[in-house]
Amino acid sequence: MVSGSESGEYGEEKAETNLFIERGMAMEHLGILEGRKKQILEKRSGMTQADIACDTSSLSGSVSQRACVFCGSRVVLYPVADAIHLVHGPIGCAAYTWDIRGAVSSGPELHRLSFSTDLQEMDVIYGGEKKLYTSLIELIEQYKPKAAFIYSTCIVGLIGDDIEAVCRKVARETGIPVLPVHSEGFKGTKKDGYKAACHALMQLIGTGSTEDISKYSINILGEFNLAGEAWIIRQYYEKMGIEVVSTLTGDGRIDAVRRAHGASLNVVQCSGSMTWLAKEMEEKYGIPFIRVSYFGIEDMSKSLYDVALKFPERPDIMDAAKQIVSEEVKTLYPSLQKFKKALTGKKAAIYVGGAFKTFSLIKALRSIGMSVVLAGSQTGNKDDYARLKEMCDEGTVIVDDSNPVELSKFILEKGADLLIGGVKERPIAFKLGIGFCDHNHERKIPLAGFVGMYNFALEVYQSVMSPVWQFAPRKGGLQ
Amino acid sequence: MSHEHAKTATQNACKLCNPLGACLAFRGIENCVPFLHGSQGCATYIRRYLISHYKEPIDIASSNFHEESAVFGGSHNLKVGLKNVSNQYKPEVIGIATTCLSETIGDDVPMILREYKKEFKNGSPMPILIHASTPSYQGSHIDGFHAAVHATVKALAVKGSRQRLINLFPNMVSPADMRYLKEIFRDFGVAFMMMPDYSQTMDGGPWGEYHRIPPGGTPASAVAGSGSATASIEFGSTLESEKSAADYLDVLFGVPAYHLPLPIGIKGSDRFFSLLETLTGEKRAEKYEDERRRLVDAYADGHKYVFDKKVIIYGEEDLVIGMVAFLQEIGIAPLLCASGGKSGLLKKRIEELVPDVNELGIKVREGVDFVDIEEEAKILQPDFLIGNSKGYTMSRKNKIPLIRLGFPIHDRFGGQRMHHLGYRGTQELFDRIVNTVIEQRQNASSIGYTYM
Repeated sequence: MVSGSESGEYGEEKAETNLFIERGMAMEHLGILEGRKKQILEKRSGMTQADIACDTSSLSGSVSQRACVFCGSRVVLYPVADAIHLVHGPIGCAAYTWDIRGAVSSGPELHRLSFSTDLQEMDVIYGGEKKLYTSLIELIEQYKPKAAFIYSTCIVGLIGDDIEAVCRKVARETGIPVLPVHSEGFKGTKKDGYKAACHALMQLIGTGSTEDISKYSINILGEFNLAGEAWIIRQYYEKMGIEVVSTLTGDGRIDAVRRAHGASLNVVQCSGSMTWLAKEMEEKYGIPFIRVSYFGIEDMSKSLYDVALKFPERPDIMDAAKQIVSEEVKTLYPSLQKFKKALTGKKAAIYVGGAFKTFSLIKALRSIGMSVVLAGSQTGNKDDYARLKEMCDEGTVIVDDSNPVELSKFILEKGADLLIGGVKERPIAFKLGIGFCDHNHERKIPLAGFVGMYNFALEVYQSVMSPVWQFAPRKGGLQ
Repeated sequence: MSHEHAKTATQNACKLCNPLGACLAFRGIENCVPFLHGSQGCATYIRRYLISHYKEPIDIASSNFHEESAVFGGSHNLKVGLKNVSNQYKPEVIGIATTCLSETIGDDVPMILREYKKEFKNGSPMPILIHASTPSYQGSHIDGFHAAVHATVKALAVKGSRQRLINLFPNMVSPADMRYLKEIFRDFGVAFMMMPDYSQTMDGGPWGEYHRIPPGGTPASAVAGSGSATASIEFGSTLESEKSAADYLDVLFGVPAYHLPLPIGIKGSDRFFSLLETLTGEKRAEKYEDERRRLVDAYADGHKYVFDKKVIIYGEEDLVIGMVAFLQEIGIAPLLCASGGKSGLLKKRIEELVPDVNELGIKVREGVDFVDIEEEAKILQPDFLIGNSKGYTMSRKNKIPLIRLGFPIHDRFGGQRMHHLGYRGTQELFDRIVNTVIEQRQNASSIGYTYM
């Protein structure tokens, strides 16, 4: 097996290597880089297959769909709406993340502003500490935030700015938490960025009062309130008689984060970004955690039941969960049948950020009659991929940290009718003449919860069944 | 003006970083893959940003720095990356742009490229490697754009016997503008080399099969021929001579350089067409006379709606200058001309266009962000804002209509198909401005007239 050594690094595009045949995949004219092959496999029964390689940094020169450490941190902390988010570096990192997420707030909207120290050549030469300090003091004076997050970008480490010291000084002078986020782009992968963000959150957790918090309480972790999804989820739990102490970080508030250690249970979605935090909180505050997903009927219901199971002394909580599920499903199920009828037999390709989401999507797609021919993620780990392999149908291609060439190859080879992904994947689908569903942070329609399942089915239906594809070359283009 | 708050940080930037412009320009070379020497995130963010405007796949490779590369230099990563891109994309050209990271650690990219060529001398056909220095801590996206154009010409242009050929450096304009410019040149019956040309790569048709690199773009061989052209035309008003591809060709190969502002408005378009007539010795085709006549006629039909309207215009400096020339023609006074760019020339160029700029109270501000512009807007109370999508936040908050143009258009459909240049582009812009006024009146009216 090729290891991450020098030999595997250069991606000679050999037409058919032994490795590849071993993995049961036919190479066609679109090649896969040698250094990438161990991150792809096709499910074949009766074949001994090596595990997929993952948790590695992207191959140089491969057009990865991943981002960087900074992106990971920015994504996690973005929805905290009463803090300022100051990006310390040249302008790009702040400009490209200005108001790009669909994370909504019920109150303050500081998270929708973009702040940058906009470092110039002279700052790079003489250091940016002073500019950072002045920027912070001014911004805190102007916007009166509850806290400030300071993101380090690539060059900050190199020019030797002591961010920690500046943050401490500003915190002292302004009386609010000023938290450095060590998110230099090159210092790892997006996952390291998640961790840096969680580390900043850990500095806040435990600093608020836990008085009056019910024993039957949870934190919702890894739910970013895209299009108001956290509100939907929160409502379900509250209906069950459970107190939601904080949502990390959807519709996030600093004061709520500070009290998070008062909850009895952490309910973790988006495992990639928040498991680390949940583990830290377990260790430090003894709060257990469970992993859930709010996508699709099955997983959504399970996420209510699993929480109820954690409070066995209160059977009314489980009763309420059952009540919610039965009511919701009663209205949802019939409304899905129209979509199912139209979509049965259609094939989907999934390429999203975290692997956990793909599990739910596979189930959700099956519930509307669709099969999955490609499943992959930017940041899945070994366990994720093992589970994915188990779940997938025969012949499904599984990829880690893929790129446009590979995605296109498999979409065409497998005859997918739909791609689920984010902005960077969208034009690939449309160019190739297939439907697309945006399941990333930019979406404006809630896809979580029972109502989200309806929205998801509707969106898939409207994209896959659109008559416009008749003109696509794939379908002969009517010529 | 005195600010309500002291302001050191940039808030809601009215500019993007240097490498973005370079990637876009490299995308306008045929069979070329843009390659960023830096962290993975730069390529990903820039792809995302461009995709949201152009709605086209745009593959940008990255050398994908790790900690070791930052400590020991990015040479190894760059070489591995180039090899991998060559294998997967089979490009004819790789356009390498640096980032703040690789510039700060001081990677000597030209040297690394020389080494790479030596090491892989006997490998598969070696792509042409073009290197543009684009540190994000200098200038803005427009500087990266010009740096890539300049680097490409510098890398490829050779001396040759004079051809009846005109070079055109159109600046960062829309794919639709580029198609229109090519149509004009074809109608003049003159050979031309337009660089870059992303009219197809960033606004193309559907694919029956996957294209590693979409069809279209200026062929490297055509850029090579630019050294033997009769003349170069370069659109732009704030480009320094040492960064100008046209001036490079002038100095090195004696190809005369003609600099024009972006041809927006009748006078600007007239100047462009007259120059083409002079250079080719041909009359412009009748259809352009028609376009011009229709535009003059439209000015007459619509003049009352727009005269004396007050606007704020923002965006790249060259675009702002081109727009001011046009707005002057229709009686619209810009209260503020603003840009995130900082060439130091914006005010001077606008004074040349509008000699009584100070008497008219026209403010010109360079290096501003959207919070600065919004503060001005609150005081100046313009009738509308003109610029890219990123002004929407202040437009909504202050209930000032926004007329979208330029880049990026992220909250409307079809930004890549929008015309800005020549009679045709001016016509489109004029129609949109008039319609904005009409819509505003109609909405504000208690009667709801169905004829305007």
